[in-house]
Amino acid sequence: MSARENILRRLRTTSTTVPALPDVANWYSSHRRNEDVTQRVTRLRTALEAVHTEVHDTTFTKWPDLLLSIAAKKDLRNLLIGTETPHGSKLEALQPNKLKLVRYEHAIESWRDQLFDEIDASLTSSRSAIAETGTLILWPDAAEPRLMSLVPHIHFVLLDVTKIHADFHSAMSAENWKDTLPTNALLISSPSKTADIQQTLAYGAHGPRELVVLLCHADGGNV
Amino acid sequence: MSHTIPIHPDSDFKDRSRAILNNPSHRKNFRGAMDFLQEKRRGQFPDQDELAGLRELGATIRRYSLARLPQLLEQLEKNLTANGIQVHWAETADEANAIALNIARKHNARTIAKGKSMVSEEIEFNHAMAAAGIDAFETDMGEYIVQIAGEKPSHIIMPAIHKTKQEIAALFEEKIPGVAYTEDVDALIRIGRQVLRRKFAEADIGLSGVNFAVAETGTLCLVENEGNGRMCTTVPKVHIAITGIEKVVEKLEHVPPLYSLLTRSATGQSITTYFNMISHPRQPGEKDGPEEVHLILLDNGRTQAFADEQLRATLQCIRCGACMNHCPVYARIGGHAYGTTYPGPIGAIVSPHMLGLDATYPLAFASTLCGACVEVCPVKIPITDILIRLRNEAQARPGSAEASLRGSGAGRKALVSTIWKAWSQIYSRLGIYRLTSWFMSRGRDLSPSDQGAWTRCRTPLIPAPKRLRDLLKAKK
Repeated sequence: MSARENILRRLRTTSTTVPALPDVANWYSSHRRNEDVTQRVTRLRTALEAVHTEVHDTTFTKWPDLLLSIAAKKDLRNLLIGTETPHGSKLEALQPNKLKLVRYEHAIESWRDQLFDEIDASLTSSRSAIAETGTLILWPDAAEPRLMSLVPHIHFVLLDVTKIHADFHSAMSAENWKDTLPTNALLISSPSKTADIQQTLAYGAHGPRELVVLLCHADGGNV
Repeated sequence: MSHTIPIHPDSDFKDRSRAILNNPSHRKNFRGAMDFLQEKRRGQFPDQDELAGLRELGATIRRYSLARLPQLLEQLEKNLTANGIQVHWAETADEANAIALNIARKHNARTIAKGKSMVSEEIEFNHAMAAAGIDAFETDMGEYIVQIAGEKPSHIIMPAIHKTKQEIAALFEEKIPGVAYTEDVDALIRIGRQVLRRKFAEADIGLSGVNFAVAETGTLCLVENEGNGRMCTTVPKVHIAITGIEKVVEKLEHVPPLYSLLTRSATGQSITTYFNMISHPRQPGEKDGPEEVHLILLDNGRTQAFADEQLRATLQCIRCGACMNHCPVYARIGGHAYGTTYPGPIGAIVSPHMLGLDATYPLAFASTLCGACVEVCPVKIPITDILIRLRNEAQARPGSAEASLRGSGAGRKALVSTIWKAWSQIYSRLGIYRLTSWFMSRGRDLSPSDQGAWTRCRTPLIPAPKRLRDLLKAKK
């Protein structure tokens, strides 16, 4: 018999009493904060800033200028952007002369060394966020691949402030994740970090050293 | 390269513990680290009612998942397979290594980048790969430090917790070419980052553990702070995940409470930097991510724990390490003294199923039964009850109804059994009890001054000159 059959047979020979299905939704609904957008923005910002994340308020039309000014202050040479994304196109339309925009156009195998060795920063959108823990939700895809939020030293993220959920459970319920999960879904709550050396917290372990969140408020434009 | 720490019988566990207790620097490191982690955890649970409710919810989810384990494993396999993830089953550590090795050979792999995985430690993965000429290198900073030092993790969450920054500075200077001695933690992390980035880019395979496997969606969830787990599961062309069969939950919505309990209990963080949910290999049109994803489901003794209603609770564990952070024994002797992959209270109750009770029963006695581990366990495992059960199993007569585990009865000593049998007879018969206590009080001067381990650091036990019964009678 195969390992699979042996393991399942051993498990099945034990009779178990199954308790009632845990009522997770009820627990969260009775422990959830009922906050409006402004309160959620504040909660999200506080949590993110507590873990070394730069958070800026901006609008759907003004974020490109803000991003370029931050990039200039940080002396960034280049910025990795997705392909055919509205926000990438918006930046490209500005034709910034001091910041080279690099599109993630090809499969990683053809330009891995360049990504690891030459890219300073990246810009991605986020799907939504979680106020409770200060968390950004990203569902990378063909246009904005997974490594964009991992390999560059600085990661810029755009967030529509109306898409901040109270907690993780309400995010996955409201967005019906169980029927739609992509190849990779990510929660990101700070720049990469470690406390593995004598419990001393250090940022920039293996992923981005800096996380910059651009909170986009309404002003008539779109992200 | 990893090295094997053999499992020693009773005397070696005591010898190792004694050696560590005589090392003031080691004791100071552990005490400081445990105080730090306890304080951090406390800060995450200011509301005791919320904590109680969340623990109850977490425990119920884990009990529910275990009660339906065979069905959930099949559901998980079906949905993972439909998602394009290849599922393998292994009864033993050797089988798990052989599966990984086959995958590696199929891809002519020379290097494997490893995210943190205690199951890979459990099966001595690095050792097995090295024997086949494959370099499996650790990428979690703590695991990396421990690996280049030629050691084993001393804590399941913070593997290098036994090392000071001075020791790590000296280690980096010695082992990494061109690195000068520095005690600056940021600089040390930068060095690790630089060395490992190059290795991530070149690795043929990435290996990871799994924190939660979701049956209804066919999703593998990984919890981490450093980003190395994401590197290992995204950069190489092949990703192998390995997990114990107990990590499955039925519904996606079962994940948030367990994830919250895990990070808050483990390191006192409200959330980790990354929560990485993997449901497919790279899809057509996608530009990164592994083209193949494999999951190895490992038994390695877990079905033995599952078969017994009381011991099944061991499998509720979500590997937060809070039990060891709060254990007065672990805080003094640290992880290496246990000699097992999983140290501390959880190690004492899970290791007998992996290695046999004969090899591990002394660990069940390395507890004061104070219950601190039970109080902090986020999924309410009755650890002390299980420790007592394992003590009884260790003393049981082989072949008897009380001896139900592999290695039961290994700690049985004829003299001790006879003494307890006599004790039981005396205390269950009133006449004999009165007679014995009368003789004991009269013959107290005959008490031996050397009472073995008891008198090594305590005064001898001497019966009272008058029995309680006599004292009460005199009072009337």
